[in-house]
Amino acid sequence: MNIHEHQAKELLKSYGAPVAAGVAIFSADEAEAAARQLPGPLYVVKSQIHAGGRGKGKFRELGPDAKGGVRLAKTIDEVVAFSKEMLGNTLVTKQTGDAGKQVNRLYIEDGADIARELYCSLLVDRSTGRVSFVVSTEGGMDIEAVAHDTPEKIIAVDIDPTTGVTEANVSEIVTALKLDGDAKADAAKLFPILYKAFTETDMSLLEVNPLIVMTDGHLRVLDAKVSFDNNAAFRHEELKTLRDLSEEDAKEIEASKFDLAYVALDGNIGCMVNGAGLAMSTMDIIKFYGAEPANFLDVGGGASKEKVTAAFKIITADPAVKGILVNIFGGIMRCDVIAEGVIAAVKEVGLQVPLVVRLEGTNVKEGKAILDQSGLNVISADDLDDAAQKIVTAVKSAA
Amino acid sequence: MSILVNKDTKVLVQGLTGKTGTFHTEQALAYYGTKMVGGTHPKKGGESWSSGVDGTQLPIFTTVAEGKERTGANASVIYVPPPGAAAAIEEAIDAEIPLIVCITEGVPVLDMVRVKAKLAKSKSRLIGPNCPGVLTPEECKIGIMPGSIFSKGSVGIVSRSGTLTYEAVFQTTNEGLGQTTAVGIGGDPVKGTEFIDMLEMFLADEATKSIIMIGEIGGSAEEEAAQFLIDEAKKGRKKPMAGFIAGLTAPAGRTMGHAGAVISGGKGGAEDKIAAMEAAGIRVSKSPARIGRTLAEVLKG
Repeated sequence: MNIHEHQAKELLKSYGAPVAAGVAIFSADEAEAAARQLPGPLYVVKSQIHAGGRGKGKFRELGPDAKGGVRLAKTIDEVVAFSKEMLGNTLVTKQTGDAGKQVNRLYIEDGADIARELYCSLLVDRSTGRVSFVVSTEGGMDIEAVAHDTPEKIIAVDIDPTTGVTEANVSEIVTALKLDGDAKADAAKLFPILYKAFTETDMSLLEVNPLIVMTDGHLRVLDAKVSFDNNAAFRHEELKTLRDLSEEDAKEIEASKFDLAYVALDGNIGCMVNGAGLAMSTMDIIKFYGAEPANFLDVGGGASKEKVTAAFKIITADPAVKGILVNIFGGIMRCDVIAEGVIAAVKEVGLQVPLVVRLEGTNVKEGKAILDQSGLNVISADDLDDAAQKIVTAVKSAA
Repeated sequence: MSILVNKDTKVLVQGLTGKTGTFHTEQALAYYGTKMVGGTHPKKGGESWSSGVDGTQLPIFTTVAEGKERTGANASVIYVPPPGAAAAIEEAIDAEIPLIVCITEGVPVLDMVRVKAKLAKSKSRLIGPNCPGVLTPEECKIGIMPGSIFSKGSVGIVSRSGTLTYEAVFQTTNEGLGQTTAVGIGGDPVKGTEFIDMLEMFLADEATKSIIMIGEIGGSAEEEAAQFLIDEAKKGRKKPMAGFIAGLTAPAGRTMGHAGAVISGGKGGAEDKIAAMEAAGIRVSKSPARIGRTLAEVLKG
């Protein structure tokens, strides 16, 4: 689960991290009152969407010459004017795709006098199996570009889970970021705080870009991006209110209610598969034969008839879907259960597009018999290659 | 021969009394009499479990240590739900169970960070979590793989994905090659065993004449495995291999079902993995339906 910048900062502040004063607003009417709570004379008006690249992003409705999604204001009047211009409009950034994202909330923040911009993130390093700080003196910019052009400027410091952040770890980070004076003293507190926040709330990513050294010599978290590990949601009831459903795809929200792994994509062939690897391969092979998948959907290992029905309904509800491919290798999942679920769904919502079904594994004969006797127009396939070719052909000939 | 498990492996079930544990224990008992020796439950020690299929009785112990002591178990399989899965692994490590297989999907990654640190100082090997298990045909089935698609033979199979393991098993059976052992190492970012350890075992196993390796997007385990194979080949250790990578068309930044299947920070894409595997001499199938055929072609030369 991703959260907004203002939520991430509030969370970090509760752990004692230095962040600027700020107020989140949902309508332009709140802008003036929000700005008056801040000391001034500089204010930053920041679009709150779940995507990066906001500063360089452009509002579709405002034309190419308008300012971006993060703006510096020198007066309260300017804060109000910016808020009116930004709220409700669509911000298109490098990470949003062409569709962009509607800005439904803004964060009005106290401006800072920046001396240096640094990069700091925490993540779980797969190769060491540990939480790792990734830091660089090259903050404020696209870190992937830094990693590509000057990999030596990125330093990773792994943390032993049995000790937590040690003085030696802090000293390594301080050296890497070339911190001294007050900033060095701040670092001794800040890095253990970030690690504590990360581990206690089960984050999967915490990115502070930039972490700044201010002209007064102190450190401040200027931007913060946080993602939580969905697998740990069961022990974080307190974080559930931070979820913003308006940032998520409606079909993905529906799928999550049934515990289905679903990712919406741009193509027109809907897929229902068991197992993540097989589901990805099914997408790959559709593309290999010249078409595009409309989604990734893993119904999981032990799906019930109800779950299969729900999955089928989510796929057919997508108007972009012009054909459906069901690909099941039943191990634990029984093919007859899949067949019954598909038929139940078709009876409920109808079937307006071609449907190809490939069944293999446990109870495959029973499953095929159920489909054959249903009277539905189901195209049966022998293996994944055959199935992909059949659905691509069916969709193209129907078009 | 085989790796990890054989007809002498004695398996204890952590989470035997639940629905999942019961079903898969029944399946394992039915698969060439896999030696399931008992289960554990903190409150049901002293009771016994009985199979709904044929009434087979298994003893339930309060702890893994007690179960090991009483049965001589040298492996455990974990069907405990996610909130308790890491603790179950840690209990098995403390009891010095040599092989621990965790099937549970959805274990918090920071729990696995803690487990991994403990594992490094232990005598145990962990397979998983979020994996289908390990199966040696006609000898031992640990986990949830369907036994019916296997046949005894010469191919070692290692995979990050469950259902793609089934594809590879089924296809090698259809090609008449059969398997020595199939291992699903699991789809999580932090796990007990990576490709390299399994490849090392397959290279050392005399009965394994060829190997299939199935990876997916995310991380760099496939690249590291490819480098390992290149280094071993220089020492003269090499077996014919075919492979497959899932996720060629997956969009960056989206997690594709498995917690570990995500392209992030410009890393973990399928193309780099395929290139690395091919550089190590693995013939990578373009289609998941042709993994077995691809290996058969490699073997024909």
